[in-house]
Amino acid sequence: MTIARTLDDACAALAADPTATVLAGGTDLMVQVNRGDRIISNVVAIDRIPELRGWTREGDFLEIGAGMTYAEMADPGFAALVPALGQAARTVGSPQIRATGTIGGNLATASPAGDMLPVLVALDAVVELRSSNGRRHLPLDEFVVGVKANALTAGELIVTVRVPVLHGPQEFMKVGPRNAMVISVASLALVVDPAGRTVRVGLGSVAPVPLRATEAEVMIGGRIDWDGGGPPTTGDVDRFGQLVADAARPIDDHRGTAAYRRHVVGVMAQRTLVRAFGMVGEAAA
Amino acid sequence: MSGDPYRLTVNGRPVEVFDGHPGESLLFVLRERLGLPGSKNACEEGECGSCSVRLDGDLVCSCLVLAAAAADRQVVTVEGLADTDDGAGPLADVQRAFVEAGAVQCGFCTPGLLMAVDALLCDEPDPGELTVREAISGNLCRCTGYGRILEAVDKAATMRREARS
Repeated sequence: MTIARTLDDACAALAADPTATVLAGGTDLMVQVNRGDRIISNVVAIDRIPELRGWTREGDFLEIGAGMTYAEMADPGFAALVPALGQAARTVGSPQIRATGTIGGNLATASPAGDMLPVLVALDAVVELRSSNGRRHLPLDEFVVGVKANALTAGELIVTVRVPVLHGPQEFMKVGPRNAMVISVASLALVVDPAGRTVRVGLGSVAPVPLRATEAEVMIGGRIDWDGGGPPTTGDVDRFGQLVADAARPIDDHRGTAAYRRHVVGVMAQRTLVRAFGMVGEAAA
Repeated sequence: MSGDPYRLTVNGRPVEVFDGHPGESLLFVLRERLGLPGSKNACEEGECGSCSVRLDGDLVCSCLVLAAAAADRQVVTVEGLADTDDGAGPLADVQRAFVEAGAVQCGFCTPGLLMAVDALLCDEPDPGELTVREAISGNLCRCTGYGRILEAVDKAATMRREARS
């Protein structure tokens, strides 16, 4: 058991024993340990490393420490800068889970239902990894490589996640059997980049990895009235929903059917678009 | 195989844990090693909230805290809410409110709910109903339907505000 106090301590402990288990918030790991699905012997706890806590702003980018908790991301001061991430963080588990679970843990677990992942893929987030041998940066789609699979190699830690501040509307939605304590059946993040004149859509729980709805993004980006600020037409909203649904690659499982997931991401796409831009006949939000 | 001894502060008292196993949770240590069975063990996966404690002030599920990784931290359990060391009374405001409102039925969820409500009222002396519902969303009760629990929260909030004024 090592309770690391600095990043160098943690990297050294992992270099000495690359098979050691990394413990951050524990909200995923301890479930496996309690069930007996995972036996842990040597543990490196990384929840007391100041370098992994909090966030910093550099111009129009945020460096989010891997140890930032869901509760911290849902805090209004942070959520105002990356609203979709704040909204997504607030939907995770319960207050008890949000107090300890971290963005780095969501990435390390790399579950298809990880609620931060559709937001991070929509934001083109970049993950910084560190080991005693150095550091490297991976875009999100190269970091999450499959169902609960990521690009971390032995001895490596997630250190920060870099996301842009986009100065446009952002929305996150997820569907589950009830409001609280729900694992996503399907989730969607929509972020608008007014400077780049793009609408970006990330999908969760509808494929082994978080997806972008590229065709839908290109279509709606070309139809938005970027200078006038008017809302998209109902025809555009319908078409957008259809293209987002087409982008999903869902499966049937115990949480929902593929057909339902495909349908519901289309509906969420339309609703988030209307929330971001308003509807024909009313002022933009 | 047992790990190195470590210290915790539980309800204000320093304790040392010897012969702990590497994967054991804070909930297990509280109940089985430290003789504090108030925190309940139900789901062991962070769903039910019946094991809720404060860890350095944060409301957490003690089943999801690796006990050895909590070394040197401050833990407050339901036994620490009342004014006496052994939790035998006098009852804290939230406890009295739950009794008076009839918010305790089988009682299994009660310790976790008391911890959640106490944490809420420390942050928000006069919470609205939506705030209350969100604050207790991680604590499952299968008996009461929550109506009397919500009443108890109101009652506790009133008691605490009146005690302060």
